[in-house]
Amino acid sequence: MSGPAPGALAVEMRGITKAWPGVVANNGVDLSVRAGEIHALVGENGAGKSTLMNILYGLIRPDAGEILLGGAPTRIAGARDAIAHGIGMVHQHFMLIPVFSVGENVMLGREPVTGGAFYDHARARREIEKLTQRYGLALDPDARTGDLPVGLQQRVEIVKVLYRGADILILDEPTGVLTPQESAELFGVLRDLVKNGKTIIFISHKLREVLEISDRITVMRRGKVVGHLVTKDTNEQEIATMMVGRAVLLRVDKKPAKPGPAALHIENLTARSDQGLPALRDVSLDLHQGEILGIAGVEGNGQSELVEVLAGTRHATGGRIMLGDRDVTAFDARADRDLGIAHIPEDRRGAGLVLNFSIADNMVLGRQRAPAFSWRGVVLRLGAIGEWAQRLVKEFDIRAPGIGTAARALSGGNQQKIIVAREMASRPRVLLAAQPTRGVDIGAIEFIHRQLVAERDEGTAVLLVSAELDEIRSLSDRIAIIYEGRIVSIEPADTPEERLGLLMTGGGGAA
Amino acid sequence: MTAVSDILHLLVTADLWQAALAAAVLLLLPALGGVISERSGVVNIAMEGMMLSGAFFGVVADLAWHNVWLATLVAILAGGAMALIHAVVSIRFRADQIVSGIAINIFAAGLTVFLVRRIYGLQDIGHVGPSELLPNVNIPVLDQIPFLGQVVFRQNVVVYAALVLLVLVHVVLFRTRLGLRIRAVGEHPHAADTAGINVYMIRYGSVITSGLLSGLAGAFLAIGVSNTFVPNMTDGRGYIALAAMIFGKWTPGGAFLACLIFGLGEAVYANNSTIHVSPYLLSMLPYILVLVVLAGVVGRSSPPAADGLPYVPGAE
Repeated sequence: MSGPAPGALAVEMRGITKAWPGVVANNGVDLSVRAGEIHALVGENGAGKSTLMNILYGLIRPDAGEILLGGAPTRIAGARDAIAHGIGMVHQHFMLIPVFSVGENVMLGREPVTGGAFYDHARARREIEKLTQRYGLALDPDARTGDLPVGLQQRVEIVKVLYRGADILILDEPTGVLTPQESAELFGVLRDLVKNGKTIIFISHKLREVLEISDRITVMRRGKVVGHLVTKDTNEQEIATMMVGRAVLLRVDKKPAKPGPAALHIENLTARSDQGLPALRDVSLDLHQGEILGIAGVEGNGQSELVEVLAGTRHATGGRIMLGDRDVTAFDARADRDLGIAHIPEDRRGAGLVLNFSIADNMVLGRQRAPAFSWRGVVLRLGAIGEWAQRLVKEFDIRAPGIGTAARALSGGNQQKIIVAREMASRPRVLLAAQPTRGVDIGAIEFIHRQLVAERDEGTAVLLVSAELDEIRSLSDRIAIIYEGRIVSIEPADTPEERLGLLMTGGGGAA
Repeated sequence: MTAVSDILHLLVTADLWQAALAAAVLLLLPALGGVISERSGVVNIAMEGMMLSGAFFGVVADLAWHNVWLATLVAILAGGAMALIHAVVSIRFRADQIVSGIAINIFAAGLTVFLVRRIYGLQDIGHVGPSELLPNVNIPVLDQIPFLGQVVFRQNVVVYAALVLLVLVHVVLFRTRLGLRIRAVGEHPHAADTAGINVYMIRYGSVITSGLLSGLAGAFLAIGVSNTFVPNMTDGRGYIALAAMIFGKWTPGGAFLACLIFGLGEAVYANNSTIHVSPYLLSMLPYILVLVVLAGVVGRSSPPAADGLPYVPGAE
């Protein structure tokens, strides 16, 4: 299959409208993508990017509007249809089966067979080798997919799409889970693909990447297209303003830190992962009052376990944690909390909130025994809880119909703000913030960042774990790099991204 | 101590193992059904009800038409029909699959008792004549092998069929395109869907197949092992099959091994007259084994990742 000539329109979506009960996800959206370009689709969460792409990929049927492929009106009734028309999608959450081999994942749905029914391993291997050579994407077809690093899993996704003969590739937030090196590699791959005549639609909210990789940009906000831009004629600030609908502060404004004495002293800490493997190996760190210490690392290198051990939700297998002059190593979450260790957990929906509880109830989770909120720790003082929640909702600008609303009904950003509000309002000595802005809109990110800095300025010791290097670099006063459960280096805040990236992957001549 | 030596004595007789294999097959068929259904992502605890329906309708058909093969077909279809209900409720309507399964088991128990009274009056359903039972077949030559010949090659036709099905299910699940797709749907239906696989069709097919297999087990029970229908005659076998499936880590071979252990327990009980221990105690043996198994002696076994989760297209 060969697509239309370069420069002609490969995809045209006209007047696409899709409403769910209560929300209009897409409202008269127009999108045109030229053959052979990298077209970025940007917007905040809930702006309707994913809906639009799911419509193009046939997973969702629009209420109105039409789709033209190579100039011809086309009805796409399902993924199978989309594939047949040369559209492939690399989903944000990989559509890979961890227990399958790379080969099986790539072949799934278009498996080579012998004898009419039997899966043909040999041919699967050959097909993958062919693709590998053609596009320079090395992969071991027999590896178990779940064992591969995220960057390679994404490569499996791309090869999967190419195997299906896609000319138009949709990539949904492809860099969200990648290290800077992996992202750079991905961009190289994307440029090669374009040279090979492919057309790419790149969904992202990371503006720097969009500016780096795309040719043209379509900006969405609240279900509508608010701007068509040519990449070389625009800048980060212009796109951000379009996305959010108001001027946004992209850089965090902060004064130099005035660190005090160590609030948390960690000594030779070891712990195991859920799988029983060593996750932390001899971690020693000092976290000072009035500083933000960033933990940078590729996900799965022990940062989650570190936060959990400090928060008291995971047992340490060795070492010591001192809060001031108290040994809190063996303390559980409740004892840690009572001593002033607050925790913004990375799994917002699983560990941070009870989704079916109201905002008010979520606001006192973990503090329900405090005399202010209950009589002798038995009977809840609902009035006091309500007033407290009212106050925090206002203070933290949580957009919700009321404090009785279930947390489940809120957007990710507002859910996260509930947790941030609850943890900060407890006036902690130590604040553990794990992925505090994951999956949160630019507007809310800006707000949470400001709150974290304000907390620091009040003298709280803040430990920040984030997969976003930008976030680590802009907020932290010092950066500790974790690799395979070890702190391999502690770097100043202005360390170049390349060096951090190298350290995170075990290179860089770490001490 | 005499009880232990009695059992040890029993364990070296071919008679015991022959009975154990037959008892195991009664569990293996629904267990294979469970493996298929759950590999596709639909939790199935309704094998008991499917089996019971198969037993009842098999007997009814046999009494009516005096043709055991037709009766077996009816039994298989009856199991399949029950499975279809489970499939519609849990796939189309995305209801809780455990609740649906329990409902089907209770429904099957009630329906069969009701129909027995309605059709035959009270509980006397009548007996199927010996010529209308699923026959035992000795495989020539092979049945002369010492010990093994009696255990494996002097069995009911259903036992042979089950052993063939065991191999077949294994090959289909792990060697064919269809099997790859069934497992993909059970692990990550969304991924399967985006790869152009019809998730619903695979799940319907798998659940219904589990019913067909359970129905065959019902036929074996009612018009093979015995010759009549008695209310609740499956006696928890569907649940033991479920335990066998989990014990076997959702693989046909593993499930078979588990079924053999349970079957052996049942065969020992059947020979309780030769053992100096309370038969009540012996009758508990398979169930104690189930509890031990479920308590995790076999180690943590993890089901297919999407087992029990209804598939909603387009949702994350």
